[in-house]
Amino acid sequence: MKLSKEEVTHIASLCRVGMTDADIEKYSNQLSNILEQFEVLKSVNTDNVQPTAHSIPLNNVWREDVARPSLREDEVLANAPDKEEGFIKVKQVLED
Amino acid sequence: MPEQELFNLSAHEASDLLKQRKVSSVELTKKLLERIKKTEPKVKAYVTVTEDVALAQAAEADKRIAGGNAGPLTGVPMLIKDNISTKGVRTTCSARMLENFMPVYDATVTKKLADAGAVLLGKGNMDEFAMGSSTENSAFFPTHNPWDLSRVPGGSSGGPAAAMAASECLFALGSDTGGSIRQPASLCGIVGLKPTYGRVSRFGLVAFASSLDQIGPMTRDVTDNALVMNAIAGYDAADSTSVNLPVPDYTKALRADVKGMRIGVPKEYFVKGMDDGVSDVIERAIAKFTEQGAIVDRNVSLPSTSLALAVYYIIAPSEASANLARYDGVKYGFSAHDTATMWEAMEKTRQFGFGPEVKRRIMLGAYALSAGYYDAYYLKAQKIRTIISQEFAEAFKKYDVLLSPTSPTTAFKLGEKTADPVQMYLSDVCTLPVNIAGIPGISIPAGFYDGLPVGLQLMAKPFDEETLFRAAYTYEQANGWHKLRANLG
Repeated sequence: MKLSKEEVTHIASLCRVGMTDADIEKYSNQLSNILEQFEVLKSVNTDNVQPTAHSIPLNNVWREDVARPSLREDEVLANAPDKEEGFIKVKQVLED
Repeated sequence: MPEQELFNLSAHEASDLLKQRKVSSVELTKKLLERIKKTEPKVKAYVTVTEDVALAQAAEADKRIAGGNAGPLTGVPMLIKDNISTKGVRTTCSARMLENFMPVYDATVTKKLADAGAVLLGKGNMDEFAMGSSTENSAFFPTHNPWDLSRVPGGSSGGPAAAMAASECLFALGSDTGGSIRQPASLCGIVGLKPTYGRVSRFGLVAFASSLDQIGPMTRDVTDNALVMNAIAGYDAADSTSVNLPVPDYTKALRADVKGMRIGVPKEYFVKGMDDGVSDVIERAIAKFTEQGAIVDRNVSLPSTSLALAVYYIIAPSEASANLARYDGVKYGFSAHDTATMWEAMEKTRQFGFGPEVKRRIMLGAYALSAGYYDAYYLKAQKIRTIISQEFAEAFKKYDVLLSPTSPTTAFKLGEKTADPVQMYLSDVCTLPVNIAGIPGISIPAGFYDGLPVGLQLMAKPFDEETLFRAAYTYEQANGWHKLRANLG
């Protein structure tokens, strides 16, 4: 299975990872080599097999909905690259 | 005081000296800090050395010891892998993305070790976001194997493993998603345990692949490993995947006795391309277990083992692609500012904040999860995950422990496998199945080949770390490989 440059460009845009043309070329080759390793799975019969998402049988972990202490505002914002008056600053989201 | 240098001690030996007041924690910590200054230029195992924190914690520990209130890890200097949160101490994941990230809370394991009185020497280098098998994917610098500085320490917990082998700490914490504790433990000649999934809280561990990640101890010997597990294991309400089962006293499992223990050796773990030197060492270890009275069965087959590599490299990158979506340059971490639009800022942030292997895995995961490929890749891998787990469960009806090499080779040269991702992935072929099934696995030193350490892997059924410790301890006591130290001058 060979990944085309168009497919790599599409995946990169899904992941929001910027790429140069050289990157796209490189990843197209490398990802194709890795996908080739996955071919071995195709021959395995999994018709009556349930998928496993987690190795331990834990489902729906609940807790009481009670108020409890959280991080302070200055702690929450401590690592934000850009902030103003207790808010995180981002570039415009909605277009004009 | 024995002739031995303090930095070469095991944690429990150091603990004995501390309790007998033959040395103070401050003295011991200063010795380790001196050792770090001397050997770090060659080894480069630390991303951050926390001298001030260490000396303050050591002084506290000395008070506790004087007050007769000390536990087995009180005053003992340690290293924590740099993907485990330490409040007020930079936690980078060896990534540009988190180069200046300062956690505002401790991981549960960090807190538990602080409560036990352990002394934090610093944070260990790793493959960026724990993706890799050689620590060459660190965005900062590669780490060198103390047994041969031209070779890698393994990965992704290469910093902790190399620091242990260089006597730059007395114990360490690593994390293991597909072998990241056991493979470097094998390549550096130390003991490394990946506990059962859910045994140790993951709260504060920077997420890579959430259904596979687990924190575990990296130590000089099996006794230290049990002591660290006593301190970190247990249910944590902050981690909804931690399991609420009682934690045994693991030191009670340290009995040199494997008489009648049923050990299976699955043939699929002796893969093509394995070093002859590695299989020789494993053969001798098997003979040793037989000598000690274990019943070893060589005729064991886990036929789906060969599928584990593909299953892992679908599931782990899929989970990673979701987990690493949080790095958007907005809330924390590296941020590319000089762009026109929000989307461009995000793309540039991730282009320059992530290294090549991380991008490779994010894209691989996004592809495996994308429309049209989900059933063929992700769902298929999850189904085969079930088959692999069932094969282990069947095997553990007949055997107490499964035995294999930890890695097919000894430490390889820096640069040897960086060009071909698939070659690098094969380095974890014996450790991946353990994470897929969520069972515990330990790597212990089993000898040397051409002057390089070889690790032996033992696997057990879920929550049976005690049997692993008993088997590992018996082997260790009969051999003594753990007493050898790399010569760094």
